[in-house]
Amino acid sequence: MSLRTPLSSVRGRGSAKFGTEDYWLQRVTAVALVPLTVVFILAIVMVVGAPYERAHALLGSPFVAIPFAAVVIAGVLHMRIGMQVIIEDYTPSDAWKILFVLLNNFFSALVALAILWAVAKLSFGV
Amino acid sequence: MSTQAKAGNGVERPLSPHLFIYAPSWTMVMSVVHRGTGAALYFGTLLLAAWLIAAASGPAAYDWAQWAFGTWIGRLVLFGYTWALVCHWLGGIRFLIWDMILGFGPERRLLALGTWVLSGVFTILIWIVGYMVK
Repeated sequence: MSLRTPLSSVRGRGSAKFGTEDYWLQRVTAVALVPLTVVFILAIVMVVGAPYERAHALLGSPFVAIPFAAVVIAGVLHMRIGMQVIIEDYTPSDAWKILFVLLNNFFSALVALAILWAVAKLSFGV
Repeated sequence: MSTQAKAGNGVERPLSPHLFIYAPSWTMVMSVVHRGTGAALYFGTLLLAAWLIAAASGPAAYDWAQWAFGTWIGRLVLFGYTWALVCHWLGGIRFLIWDMILGFGPERRLLALGTWVLSGVFTILIWIVGYMVK
């Protein structure tokens, strides 16, 4: 049984019911990213000055590719929620808010797919 | 800044006063910096995607990416990206500490300032190690 009055449910949309889930996922991914970021930075520092063959071999090795995939998955989930909070805080009208939240979802998905594609190709590709 | 929020149904509702009525403090500054670095890292993922796609695409693309990131402006952007990452990482740990309801005493200022100072120190150390390995 809902405690909202019929008038209130007609007038407003109420909460989206994702608040707790987003709050929790933001913290779970944050905790995961604490060690993952360290591994990520170490890997980048190792790869960045290397010639192509060595860089390719390092990036395709499981010791780099798996942490990279983990960083991207946790990172993109984390940044999607973070950016949505920023959009919700500063966008004045509902139309823009819906548009920006939508674009945020598309951007996040695209970045994740692009990086995962590259990591997969570096690992298994020809 | 308007003190009235337009809800979806067009009803004007009062907003609680925020940000501008408070005297600035380090915890507030670092909260704003955390949001700023987070937003920067959001768009910075494009750099990582571009670099990895270049590495996956072959030697020519990789060499081009290495050249682009190696220019002085490329290095400046990467240095900023490193700092944003380290600062957001440290700030995130600070917020996780506060999430456990710890560190709300006078040490909260030290935690906020520590993020600021350590992020600079770590960033420089990472770059020194990077150049040494290279």
